[in-house]
Amino acid sequence: MSPTSLDELFESARAGNRRALGRLLTMVERQDDNAVIVSERAHRDAGQARVIGVTGAPGSGKSTITGRLAAVSGAARPAILAIDPSSPLTGGAILGDRIRMDNNVSSSTFIRSMATRGHAGGLAVAVPDAVRVLDAAGCDPIIVETVGVGQVEVTVAAAADTTVVVVTPGWGDAVQANKAGLLEVADIFVVNKADRPDARGARRDLELMLDLGHRGEWRAPIVLTTATEGEGIDDLWSEIERHTSFLHHSGELIRRRCLRRRSEVADRIELGLRDRALRIIEAQSGESAMGRVERHELSPAAAAEQLLAALIPDNPPEE
Amino acid sequence: MSETLGISPQSVDDPEPLRVVLAKLGFDGHDRGLKVVARTLRDAGMEVIYLGLRQTTDSIVAACEQEDADVIGLSMHNAGHLTLAPRMVQAVEEADLDVPVVIGGIVPAEDVAVLIEAGVAAVLGPGASAEEVVAAVRAAPNRQSPDHQSPAR
Repeated sequence: MSPTSLDELFESARAGNRRALGRLLTMVERQDDNAVIVSERAHRDAGQARVIGVTGAPGSGKSTITGRLAAVSGAARPAILAIDPSSPLTGGAILGDRIRMDNNVSSSTFIRSMATRGHAGGLAVAVPDAVRVLDAAGCDPIIVETVGVGQVEVTVAAAADTTVVVVTPGWGDAVQANKAGLLEVADIFVVNKADRPDARGARRDLELMLDLGHRGEWRAPIVLTTATEGEGIDDLWSEIERHTSFLHHSGELIRRRCLRRRSEVADRIELGLRDRALRIIEAQSGESAMGRVERHELSPAAAAEQLLAALIPDNPPEE
Repeated sequence: MSETLGISPQSVDDPEPLRVVLAKLGFDGHDRGLKVVARTLRDAGMEVIYLGLRQTTDSIVAACEQEDADVIGLSMHNAGHLTLAPRMVQAVEEADLDVPVVIGGIVPAEDVAVLIEAGVAAVLGPGASAEEVVAAVRAAPNRQSPDHQSPAR
């Protein structure tokens, strides 16, 4: 990819060309050598957009809520990044979030579906890159939707300025949210399908859990929605805006974004190290540590220690 | 699932999954076949962007652009294929996209040649096996065209 054509792609994407933006997202999604170049280029223009994470159990209504949010935001160019799992067996995926969105969003909303592509760790790098590209293209807000199961998916949604956690009546008591690690990442709770019995019960459960304590000055509000009817979505957007202004006034926005950048660097290092380690391991056989492990002559723990010592010296490099 | 169907996942030489947009165009409520195809393509290692019912040529083109899709799969069971399929092909061309259109569903034998003539990449009728569906979708993208030449492919 020559610098000129990359600049051209970014320029068209910024001017609202969907196809150019789609192409750029494919490049970062693949996480190949091009991805680094695209990420670099995007970095220059990014850092402006609000990033909203939406997560929750499968079938809780995340996609419907996300589509409606984009519509009520009143933004000129909102974007949605909808992440669904790939099959661990075949690598294929059915990305079905758009069918819950298409009827509600305006044509100015940019929707991209993304599969986890088996490498859950890679998601921690591919998603920030995709957000960066959307941001550089002038999209705002950017809503990242993930299924709230699995550490990486929750972490990805939580790596936002504002994280919305969606639950439904009858989903189980608040202990379930605690278990899933969802409670501590929520800036706003949504009890969706509020037209069902016991929506108030679900709200009460959450309130009780929040009464036990929350981090910092912000206590997550709880919004009741019936997303299919569009009910409560305006309230949800108001709470998001209230949280945005809290982020600005409290200095929390700067703190969060610093943390996010730091953890992305850490994720990239981890991924790079793992790739290098796997290459070394694959090349090992015969009299090497790996060969001796295979023949039961060396313990896996001892072999890992040896290989790790060869990979990185024990003393961290000086600043 | 893939083993029982006798379909191998995509080869290691081509680690980037094909991205396929699946939809029904216009007023046509029979989406059972489309759902089966979605599952079949996923089991063959592809990424299916499922749009489902009541789509328009515009909404399908928009999805293709945003999703950077490689193939469009349309399911047709309302006898509108002679009108709708060429319109889809035309909409793709007007958007200057290089995305082939594969049709599945109820298409009388004598109409197949008409659709191919109109620019449809392949037509899959009832009774097409999972292997045939996967093979037709895999063969559809013209990866030699200049538009798709990027270092990554």
